[in-house]
Amino acid sequence: MSYYMGIDLGSTTCKVVIIDENKEIVSKGITNTRSDYTVATRFAEQEAIIMARFYFLENALRENILKSPGIQVDIEKVLLLLESSFRLCDYKEKVLEMGEVSKSLTKKDGSKVSGILEDIFNSIYKEANQVITNLSFNKGVFFRDLISSSFTKYLREIKDFEAVDKIVGYFDKSLLQIENKFNEIDFVHTTLGTLNMDNLDNSVNYDDSIINLIKNSIEDAGNYNFNIENKVGTGYGRQRLPFPKDQIQSEILCHGMGAHQMFPKTRTVLDIGGQDTKAIRIDKNGVVTSFTMNDRCAAGCGRFLGYIADELNIGLQDLGPLALEAKKNVKISSTCTVFAGVELRDRLSLGERRSDILAGLHKAIVRRAVSLIARAGGVENEFTFTGGVARNVSVDKNLREIIASRYGDVVINISPDSIYVGSLGAAMYAKVG
Amino acid sequence: MGKETPNKIDPVVTKDWGMVAQKKLMSTYYNQVMHAKEEGKKVVYTFIPGNLVELVNNFDLVSVYPELLGLQMGLRQSAEKYLNLGEKEGYADELCSYLKASVGMAAIDNMGPQGYKIPEPDFLLLIYSNCFTFLKWWEILRRRYKCPIIEIHLPYNGNAGGINKESLKYGVKQLKEVVIPKLEEITGKKFDIDKLKDSLRNSAEAEEDYYHVINSAKNTPSPIDAALNGIYYVGPINSALRGTPQVVEYYKILRKDIEKRVIRGEGPVTPFGQANDQKYRLVLEGPIPWMVPESFYKILYDEKAVIVGATYIKVGGSYDLGWFHDPSRPLESLCEQVTNCYANHGIKTRTEIMEKHIRDFHADGILFHSIKSCKSYITGQLVMVKELERKLNMPSAFFESDMMDARFYSEANVKNRIESYLRMIDQKRTMGEAT
Repeated sequence: MSYYMGIDLGSTTCKVVIIDENKEIVSKGITNTRSDYTVATRFAEQEAIIMARFYFLENALRENILKSPGIQVDIEKVLLLLESSFRLCDYKEKVLEMGEVSKSLTKKDGSKVSGILEDIFNSIYKEANQVITNLSFNKGVFFRDLISSSFTKYLREIKDFEAVDKIVGYFDKSLLQIENKFNEIDFVHTTLGTLNMDNLDNSVNYDDSIINLIKNSIEDAGNYNFNIENKVGTGYGRQRLPFPKDQIQSEILCHGMGAHQMFPKTRTVLDIGGQDTKAIRIDKNGVVTSFTMNDRCAAGCGRFLGYIADELNIGLQDLGPLALEAKKNVKISSTCTVFAGVELRDRLSLGERRSDILAGLHKAIVRRAVSLIARAGGVENEFTFTGGVARNVSVDKNLREIIASRYGDVVINISPDSIYVGSLGAAMYAKVG
Repeated sequence: MGKETPNKIDPVVTKDWGMVAQKKLMSTYYNQVMHAKEEGKKVVYTFIPGNLVELVNNFDLVSVYPELLGLQMGLRQSAEKYLNLGEKEGYADELCSYLKASVGMAAIDNMGPQGYKIPEPDFLLLIYSNCFTFLKWWEILRRRYKCPIIEIHLPYNGNAGGINKESLKYGVKQLKEVVIPKLEEITGKKFDIDKLKDSLRNSAEAEEDYYHVINSAKNTPSPIDAALNGIYYVGPINSALRGTPQVVEYYKILRKDIEKRVIRGEGPVTPFGQANDQKYRLVLEGPIPWMVPESFYKILYDEKAVIVGATYIKVGGSYDLGWFHDPSRPLESLCEQVTNCYANHGIKTRTEIMEKHIRDFHADGILFHSIKSCKSYITGQLVMVKELERKLNMPSAFFESDMMDARFYSEANVKNRIESYLRMIDQKRTMGEAT
């Protein structure tokens, strides 16, 4: 079997998709782009490759169970446990490493800051199991988000306000170092290691025969001859990829092809990414027939939502659900990131609820996106919404409403994997060659 | 502003005969401007669209074109200072960049892009009044220089395709009763109809050669880039030298030079070398972003794309569409010239002009450059996009920036847009026609 990799190196996240020769998705990987595109790509590639090994592990488990009559194993459960343990292992290692980095950074400080930080990292390490429980763990949440969330909790407990600034500074510096340091992960070694950890779900007791079957399957998955035949890169950072020109593809074409692969009846694609919005029309083969993009201003893109989340001091993933709690419609006229921030603060000071204001902000984004769609020639059935912002439930809701009101009964496709559409398209181009 | 102009590329530009000779020819005009005052000549400020050079030269006047100075500032990447000054004078950032640069120049040293002082005007001549900004612009300069304005008003063509009989009468009447008498009064010189006819004869001869030069882009490979080379080639015919024997001579030689290039199968000369290998033939609606011509052309050159049809070179007059001055109808011909400039046509006519270009010049694609600070030019561009797509099943690449303000230009975005568009053309070529 041959495999093909698509890499979408975006401004906010780097996404990787691996498909097989039947165009089936084998695995996906994602990471935040950071300041270093090259490192981000290596992380995302590694995650996709590891996840591909888990895909092979599933196959190996099935085959080995067939060969071992009498052994009953809930494959899904085993995979869930192994993958969450794998992620826990990775998370814990990074926390330990980050603790060490911060220790070396604070060495010269000589103040009590060093001790406080050490305590924080110990606490973060101890609660790792709660942070990464099982695969309900959201794969779109990165190490940065997870550790920052735990850190913020402990930071609130510090009474010495003078120390807080310093601690935050050291934390940020060490996080930056860890994020930009690439460690190669050995799938077999790490996965076998998780079997000896005490973090497997205690409610599951496996006897030796099952453990041996799992171990053998891990070895089989690790030994599977897995060759990536071709890779294609896309996204804003595509020129940074060390690929020859014929392995670089326009993200417009990749988004069109990816949307077509996910939803073959797609004719209109809206993609809202970190820094741009694209309205694309495609034909029955996924070939782009026209497109428009925002040009002089990135207002209303993913970065806008990130800024608003920072302003409100909440997680990006919490924006949409909070906006859905709105009781009334607060009109926000501007989608200029800075001005919308000003409007936000102004409305808050007037006593408006955060959810109501957020509902207004989400509407503003959608209005802007829909005007871009109109430019591209409007909506033709079916309509597929992709990109990181498609994960936002409030944007989805508003978009559905406004598309229905302007274009009538249109099928709207939004996949939970919408963020991978560009990388899926790139993988498709890798297959075509 | 404090912002660097994006990607300033090596300013050494490779030029063909027509471009080099144009520079030499135009320097005779620049000399006239530079020495106008010491030679006791009256200076008139006027605009490029539909200009009445032959009439102006009849009175031995020296013409200055402020929007041409703006374009040249853009090309020389020296506009930022004057745009800032224009804004400081109170003209907002989204107003016409040419206007702001002109007002900025007037506010300080009136130093032109060629490095010499532009003489102050003795009067202002407003010929093309269908650009509202032109009206306000002259109002601003009249206040500054306390000089008179002579104005002729000719109606907007809309989609009629050209001027009608009544409008022509209306225009000729104004020329006879207002413009010519006022020019005589200001200059103290008598209008000479025979001299005008001679000038118009020269204009027509040059225009016919120019027609063949621009239409040479119908060949494969195209020997010219209609936007890049075109903006040089159109220079002499668009401004103060039209109607002179030197210009007739220039276009005669240029035409021959281009014809030789066609025979040799040579492509246009660009800042990056001769573009013989032409993979994409494009039509460009709107100007090149003057502030970053090399950067813009690097994108096209690297992609082996050539502009075979350009609308911006028709802003002064539509000679490449086959309209020439007629010395047997001198005043009528002048009025037709005013109304024939590209911007005086309605959206439907402009779409038809583009459609003809795309068909006649065998174009593969269309680039629309929407210039932020010229609403008069860009209004309706999206309608044109839709109409052309419907008629030709040919989508366009639409990008937005400005004609000279670098703050509105994002190189990464424009590059991304054009590259994606060309990949789309590739895909259509390899995978067959879209549904």
